[in-house]
Amino acid sequence: MYETTYHRASSVDDAAAAFAKGKDSKFLAGGQTLLPVMKQRLAAPSDVIDLSKIKDMIGIVPTNNGIEIKGATTHYDVAESSDVQKAIPGLAYLASVIGDPAVRYRGTIGGSLANNDPAADYPAAVLALNATVKTNKRTIPADDFFKGLFATALEDGEIITAVSFPVTAKSGYAKFRNPASRFALTAVFVARSPSGEVRVAAAGASQSGVMRVGAIESALTTNWSASALDNVKVSASGMLSDIHGTADYRANLVRVMAQRAVIAAG
Amino acid sequence: MSTVKLTVNGRAVSVDVEDRTLLVHLLRENLNLTGTHVGCDTSQCGACVVHVDGRAVKSCTMLAGQAAGCNVTTIEGLAKGDELHPMQAAFRDNHGLQCGYCTPGMIMSAVDIVHRHGGKLDEETVRQELEGNICRCTGYHNIVKAVLDAAGRMKVAQAAE
Repeated sequence: MYETTYHRASSVDDAAAAFAKGKDSKFLAGGQTLLPVMKQRLAAPSDVIDLSKIKDMIGIVPTNNGIEIKGATTHYDVAESSDVQKAIPGLAYLASVIGDPAVRYRGTIGGSLANNDPAADYPAAVLALNATVKTNKRTIPADDFFKGLFATALEDGEIITAVSFPVTAKSGYAKFRNPASRFALTAVFVARSPSGEVRVAAAGASQSGVMRVGAIESALTTNWSASALDNVKVSASGMLSDIHGTADYRANLVRVMAQRAVIAAG
Repeated sequence: MSTVKLTVNGRAVSVDVEDRTLLVHLLRENLNLTGTHVGCDTSQCGACVVHVDGRAVKSCTMLAGQAAGCNVTTIEGLAKGDELHPMQAAFRDNHGLQCGYCTPGMIMSAVDIVHRHGGKLDEETVRQELEGNICRCTGYHNIVKAVLDAAGRMKVAQAAE
């Protein structure tokens, strides 16, 4: 790792101020992506601003119209939260299958979203659940937040303070893991709102990062069941293709994972 | 350089380290606690697992500065004098190690697993929970046996206290 200067921020404002002072600052949340990348010398921030001890950024708060998860809340705490398990069981399950137990103790929802790795889990949930990303400057609807591989609507120095999830009638997640890396080769989150709106998002599939899957959404809107997807064709156009799976393979996986996610959602 | 103050195995320590120092290097090089190992250095193998404020984390994926003010337990902090921790004893009795390189991390993760699941542990859960700890010798079979054995011993020990 190249030299860097570590700052532990005491508040969101303190973090933003420290970030602005550094020549090439980076925010550090759980560090489960940033630190490995720094160790490989693929990133060399002059300053790392630690967000993980900011009290206002940790916790899970049930609200009138859903649930709010603060930005520096760990995957473990989301998975174990009875509030999340009750309100959005698919989200609690998703948090319980990120990385491994040691990673889940450190990794955070805000860090995962800000990084927007195409194989990450949380972006699919945020998109399918029509969540709102709250930052220290504004609120960003999920549909406007993800901008392609490792790219988001966040501006330089902007901090994800919380993610707000609306009330959900059904939620389910299914992930097909790469057998070696254990990242999602393809994963799908399905959600149905109390008014019957269906949103489906796939990770690890498209060359443009996390995406909604229109063909599956319309089939599930008509008939919320795994068998409704038996004959749905997901287009392979624009899908990732590599040694782990061709575009056609991934397109089919999206359908199969969506079926498993619907079964999990009940 | 920064001064990092933390508690390691019950002892308050204050160490001057470069800001880029990882927790595992502070433990090994500044405190000479070499029981915690560096296996892969890519956050995958789990040989470096220690407990930070009671949670089993990879000390190669945490800056020393992030542990300031925290309570850290390493493999050296488990035994009570000459008496091995029940998890250590179970690894020995079940032949849960061969070369031993992964063992400190395995044991620190395993203690955390038992704390979280208590007496409800089964083989499948242990195998899933050990996902972040890699062993190249044993084939995991005796490690899983040891964890299940220790879960029983720890329950008995807890009941006795």
